[in-house]
Amino acid sequence: MSARTRVPLFLVSAAGLAALLGFGVAGLPAFGDYHGPYGLVLNHVVLAQRHTTNVVAAVVFDYRGFDTLGEELMLFAAVAATALILREAREEEARQVVDSVQSEPVRAVGLAAVPVVILLGLFVVAFGYLTPGGGFQGGTVVALGLLLVYLAAEHRAYRRLTPTHVVDVFEGGGAAAFVALALGALLGGLAFQQNFLPLGRIGALTSGGSIPLLNWATAIEVTAAFVLLFGEFLEEVMVERRPG
Amino acid sequence: MIPLQVAAIVLVGAGGLAVVLARDLLRQALLNSFYGLQLVVLFLVFQAPDVALAALAVGGGAAPLVILATLAKLRAREERRR
Repeated sequence: MSARTRVPLFLVSAAGLAALLGFGVAGLPAFGDYHGPYGLVLNHVVLAQRHTTNVVAAVVFDYRGFDTLGEELMLFAAVAATALILREAREEEARQVVDSVQSEPVRAVGLAAVPVVILLGLFVVAFGYLTPGGGFQGGTVVALGLLLVYLAAEHRAYRRLTPTHVVDVFEGGGAAAFVALALGALLGGLAFQQNFLPLGRIGALTSGGSIPLLNWATAIEVTAAFVLLFGEFLEEVMVERRPG
Repeated sequence: MIPLQVAAIVLVGAGGLAVVLARDLLRQALLNSFYGLQLVVLFLVFQAPDVALAALAVGGGAAPLVILATLAKLRAREERRR
């Protein structure tokens, strides 16, 4: 198609798109306009019903825990599939690569940051249902803290710190614990995933009934999933870089 | 909408445009992680700290790493072929 036909064609379709977009934006509700009743209702009842000061955590792990169960299993399946496709018996090959960081300051500062980042992640998990945070966010931070070992030191150190057989157990175990807690309610004669533990004192780490346990199960699953994912991707890079 | 929210939205728009316009893959990957951080600011300004934390960990850390690792593998493979 020549420029002579292309430009008018583009102008016509761009004008059409602009008109549609303008029409759509003009019909949007006003900024901050909220008509959904659920958020307002939950804001009023969560503290009394679940003793959880972070409403988001109560929604994620309790009121809409079923969605989270699906997300949990989705992450598990996605990472398991990644491992299934990428994992081969080539750990020995990858170990031949020496990629230690040469800069002493980078090593020192990076490795000193590892325990700090992991502690921050554990904090985000532990207080996830009291203040903003939670198992998913905190779990990812912990995994990034472990990854810092690769960035600041070397690949072999990262692999030694996160042996595949250990990570696999945590990856499956976290997801299994979440399902087990959901099924546990059934054993007690309650509904699937119903909160069955004492709610505790508002603001305490023991508040929220089953929410803390589901939160930690998620944290374990997410940490292991990301550690496994990073490990598989890094191994791919290392195998390409192997000597010979 | 307060000015801070307008600024955050404009920054996200500019960041997204920069990612799309970048031609070099490595540059695009880095811009993409900056874009992830701009989203964190957006969520924070709109008072969604839970979402901001998730965006920070995934968009600012995990996703860029997976992209960079893929680029590193492709580059290493190209060098081996030469």
